[in-house]
Formats: sequence, C-alpha cells, structure tokens
Amino acid sequence: MSRVTSAEKIAAARAEGRPALIGYLPAGFPDVETSIEAAVALAENGVDVIEMGIPYSDPVMDGAVIQEATVQALANGFRVSQIFDIVRGITQRTNAAVMVMTYWNPVLSLGVDEFARRFAEAGGAGLITPDLVPDEADEWFAASEKYDLERVFLIAPSSAEARVKRTVEASSGFVYCVSLMGVTGARSEVSSAAQAVVDAAHGAGAENACVGLGVSRREHVQEIGSYADGVIVGTALVAALRDGGVPAVGRLAAALSGRA
Amino acid sequence: MNASDDSLKHASGPYFGQYGGRWMPESLMAAMDQLTQTFEDAKADPAFIEEVKELNRNYSGRPSLLTEAKRFSAQACGGVRIFLKREDLNHTGSHKINNVLGQALLAKRMGKTRIIAETGAGQHGVASATAAALMGLECVVYMGAEDTRRQALNVARMQLLGATVIPVTVGSQTLKDAINEALRDWVANVDNTHYLLGTAAGGHPFPAMVRYFHQVIGEEAREQVLAQTGRLPDAVTACIGGGSNAIGIFHGFLDDKEVELYGYEAGGDGVDTGRHAATITLGKPGVLHGAKSYLMQDDDGQTIESHSISAGLDYPGVGPEHSYLADIGRVHYEPVTDTEAMDAFKILCRTEGILPAIESAHALAGTIRLAQRKLAEGAKPEDTIIIANLSGRGDKDVSTAAQWFGMLEDDAANTPEGN
Ligand SMILES: Cc1ncc(COP(=O)(O)O)c(C=O)c1O
Repeated sequence: MSRVTSAEKIAAARAEGRPALIGYLPAGFPDVETSIEAAVALAENGVDVIEMGIPYSDPVMDGAVIQEATVQALANGFRVSQIFDIVRGITQRTNAAVMVMTYWNPVLSLGVDEFARRFAEAGGAGLITPDLVPDEADEWFAASEKYDLERVFLIAPSSAEARVKRTVEASSGFVYCVSLMGVTGARSEVSSAAQAVVDAAHGAGAENACVGLGVSRREHVQEIGSYADGVIVGTALVAALRDGGVPAVGRLAAALSGRA
Repeated sequence: MNASDDSLKHASGPYFGQYGGRWMPESLMAAMDQLTQTFEDAKADPAFIEEVKELNRNYSGRPSLLTEAKRFSAQACGGVRIFLKREDLNHTGSHKINNVLGQALLAKRMGKTRIIAETGAGQHGVASATAAALMGLECVVYMGAEDTRRQALNVARMQLLGATVIPVTVGSQTLKDAINEALRDWVANVDNTHYLLGTAAGGHPFPAMVRYFHQVIGEEAREQVLAQTGRLPDAVTACIGGGSNAIGIFHGFLDDKEVELYGYEAGGDGVDTGRHAATITLGKPGVLHGAKSYLMQDDDGQTIESHSISAGLDYPGVGPEHSYLADIGRVHYEPVTDTEAMDAFKILCRTEGILPAIESAHALAGTIRLAQRKLAEGAKPEDTIIIANLSGRGDKDVSTAAQWFGMLEDDAANTPEGN
C-alpha cells in the first residue's frame, strides 16, 4: 500500500494556494464503524489530513467535548489495537494522509516499535504526540526512522526559542503550533498568540507550521491560512459528529474547506 | 551536595534509573524549567533555607517528636522496640505541611499570585489552603466530586481558609482526575499560577523538590533515634500513596546500608481482588502525570482506578524515585489490606492514645508484620528497633473509622463506601 504523508498533502495544498485543512476525530466514537465513516466524510469534503485520536483515560490536553467523546468511546469498549483497523479502513477509501494523535502511555504499553510497525502497515502517515516532547522521545525517533513515519511534536506560545528550535528539528511532516495556553475546545476567536508561534516555527526552519486549538469556523481557517501552512480543527467536528452524525461532519468539513 | 558516587541521597532527577523525566505537554515545559531554576537557586540561598527552617520551627512546630510506643510494642510487636515519627503533631495534622510551605515560598519567589492543588481526602488541599492564607496567595483546590461529598468537613475547612474548592466531575471523578483538571488549569493560567503538587510524583522537578522539603523528617528521625537509643534502627517503615512521607523519612537512612527500608502500599480489599492501590507490587512501568514510574494500567495502557479505604493512598501511580529504589532492592514494598490497616489503627488508639491517619495505619500494620517476621527469624525483641513514620493524625478519619468498627448508625452523609 502506498502511504500518503502529511507533508505531501500540505505541499499539494500550498500548490493550490491554500492552507491544508486537518481534521481531528476520536477513534471509536461513537463506535469504530461510525468513526471510519466520519473520517471518510472529512476526506470527501475537503480535509487533506485526518487526525484520529486514541481515546485515553487521562487526556490532560483535552477540554470537555473531546473528553466526553473519548470517555464514551472507551465505555463502548474501544481497544487500542482497533486503531490499526480504523487507519486501514480510512486509507483504503480515501487519499487523505492519516495521522494518529495519541497520548504516549498506550503506545508505550503496546511497545513503541510494535505500535509503529502495525501503524505503518495500516497505511498511517505519522503520530501527533501531545504529551511526548523530543527530550523523552528516543524510542520514538528510532521507531519512526525504521518505519518511515512522521513525527509531529507541538510548540506553544510559552516555548522558549531553544525549545522551538529543538522541536522543529525533531519534527517531520509538520510542527503543531498550539494557538493558545489552554486545552482543546472551540473558541469564538483565533488567539492573538497563534501567529507568533507560527512565526517562531518558521524562523526555526519549519517548512510546515500548522495551527490547532480553538479553531472552529471558515473565517478562522482563512485568517490562520494567511500565515500558516495548515489549520487543525477538532472540537467543532467532534461536536458535529455527536449532534448530527456523519452528515453533519461532512457539512462542517465542506464549510471549513470553503466548498459549501 | 557532595554525595559520594554510590550514595543514593540527594538524587537530583530528572531521572531515577529509567524512571522520572518529563512526559508532559510542551505548553508546560517553560513553567517546569522556571520552577527547576527557582528551586535550584533557592536551595543554594541561605536566606531561603533559613526561611524554611523558621517556618518549620515556629509555624509547623518542628522538630516533630520521636515517641517510643511501648504499649503498642508489647501488645502487637512482641516487644520489638517501636518508635513513631510524629508527623501527626505538625500544624494541619500531617507531613503535608512541609511540602506546601516550601512550594508556596517558591511560588512567591517566582512572582506567582495563585496556587492550585489537587486533593483526595482533603489533607493536601487543607495544607495548601493554609499555606496560601499564610502567604497571601489565591488558592484553588481540585477535588473529585465524590470526595467532596464524602469529605464535606474538609471542604468546609478549605473554604474557611479562603480557598475555592472545585468538584471534578469528569473522568472517574477521583484523585487522578483532580490532577488532570489541575494540569488543565495550569496550562491555561501558568503565567500567574503555581501548581502545588502534593506528592513526590509528577514531572521533573517535582519528585526531587517534594522530597527535598520532606527530607527534614528523616534527618530529624535519624538524630533523634541516635540520641534516644545510641544506635541506628534496624528498619524504617512508611506508607506509600504517591510516596512523599516515605521518601522524606527514607532519605535520612538511604546511605545507612544496615537500615532496612519498607514501604507499605494500599492493598485495599486484597491484591488478588483487583480492588487495591498496590502500584509497585502489581503495576508495570508507564507514564502518567509527567513521570515514568510503576503504574496501575490495563493491557492498553489505560490507567486503572485504584481502591483503598484510605483516600490519601488511593492513587494508581507512585513517585519515580520509589520505582527506582524498588528495582535496585534498596526499599522493599509490600501491600497492606484495609482490614490489616484498620486493625493496627485500633491497636494504636487503645495502646498509645494516638489516633493515626488511616494512611499511617498502613505503615503501622506493616510494622507489626515486620516485627513478627524479625522475631520469627530469631531477633531479640529488646535489641530490635523499628521507626514507623506516623504521617498524620486521624481526626479526618473519625467517621470512616467509626463506620468501619460499626460505631455509627447509618450516616448517609459520611458513608465511605467504594474507593
Ligand atoms: C496522613 C497522610 N499520610 C500519607 C499520605 C500519602 O501521601 P504520600 O505517599 O505522598 O505521603 C497522605 C495523603 O493524603 C496523608 O494525608
């Protein structure tokens, strides 16, 4: 299976003169089948990179909407090994790049190498790691090199220059620029701190700097797209899936991508 | 610090063998760096050291006593000499005050005006609210919603001290979720807020820093036992929640190879029932709340909920230095069940007139077991000395204990059923 990377999708969007659109959904919410259908709906409505989150018992970077969804996925019996079926299900039906967002303990528990191998076999592009910083990532460096996976680390408004540099150097695919000091959740306006984070990433040599946290509307996508290489939407999509099912996810994705 | 190469004392972190580190979001790294720097500077500043000493002496009431428990020894330990390190006599009733005063001073040094804390039963919340009142800081305490109902009096105590208590209704609504919520608050308010973590767990520098503020327990105990008996003890015991009271007393004896060290984890209903908090005994290494350490987790790496009659021990993780000390065999960790702890609780009340915290009763139960084992191995009781860390007093536990011993008619408001 040929794997599509986030770097390729971001480059393709750039060639079209627009920021890449990255959409987050929790794996297994409300159930495994529906989460695959919802991800396919993202891809069919203009989302370039799909980010599937592994439900985890202690999601410290997530706000209420995503927490509730992942708690429900776990209550419905989600098992970590199902992430590979979900990734395979999406990559077989779309040509989006499929990333997985995961807190680190589920990966450690399975074994970093084993996780990376099975994820790559399923067609996954790389991992976004909200509670793993490059300082602790030796095993992940080794496994991601071995299986040719993208490593997306995060930088924040609080990140000092030296840390930005180190994180940019450690990342591949893109660098996740956290737009504000806080957790996931839709906000009415884009944080004024976001552009500075992106500028810092670019200044440190990042080719692709994408902005996440608090993004929920087409205007946000356009505003952020004027300075960033990609825009990440999470909570708004999760709420749409919760309230209106797969069709609502498709409609919101179309609106975010400017197709509707 | 000029410890020799094979010294185990003053381990500075971030790593303790393979454990420790900083497994946490980038958003918090700047705050963790600032805290580390502030702590290192403070440790090297005689004025800071004097300030901590002064507060310990004239506010907390240190040094805490070392009391020989002769009737307890005669009744339960076959005459093995038992000494209690009386952290129960500190202001606010437990060892927790040592850490909160130190960290509140650091918060002020960093120019922070607000502290946040997590709490299970409320002891650390009360201690944090106390330090905040003393130092004029705003204080917000996160507490599982279920715990706020069970520990309504401690909620009122915190409020009387001027703190805001926020019931946590997400996740499993227990102590670990209170920590998650505190971390989420910290990410959003890190500019003016210090997260005053209550145990020797978490990302670097918390384990080494919390230990530093509790080291005084072991330093005092070592001096006191030498003064009272002319020799070092055969063993030192403590209960293990996240591990702060234990690492504090163990530290004083880590390099005394002949002194055995024992940590007692909460065995709950029994380690084969699945309802316990015996993290080192049954967990496997993982990452939670910033550190790699032993962790109660399922096959998927999801944290398992712990259970114990003692809210202060009811935590599925443990500080990373303990994981290291377990692996190298310097400290022995064993589970103690609810029943064993409550039996020891009652014996101490009746023989010494001391009402221990239920957490500390786990150390007492372990001490009884250890004394009996020593006797079975042929030790002479009068020549055998064990120091048990009495980490706190049991006033907060009166309703739980009265319930346990069937002294209360159904009192719905205080029923400590479940975890
Ligand atoms: C009296 C007492 N002892 C022990 C503990 C357990 O914590 P640690 O293991 O950090 O000492 C607590 C925690 O609340 C406590 O209140």
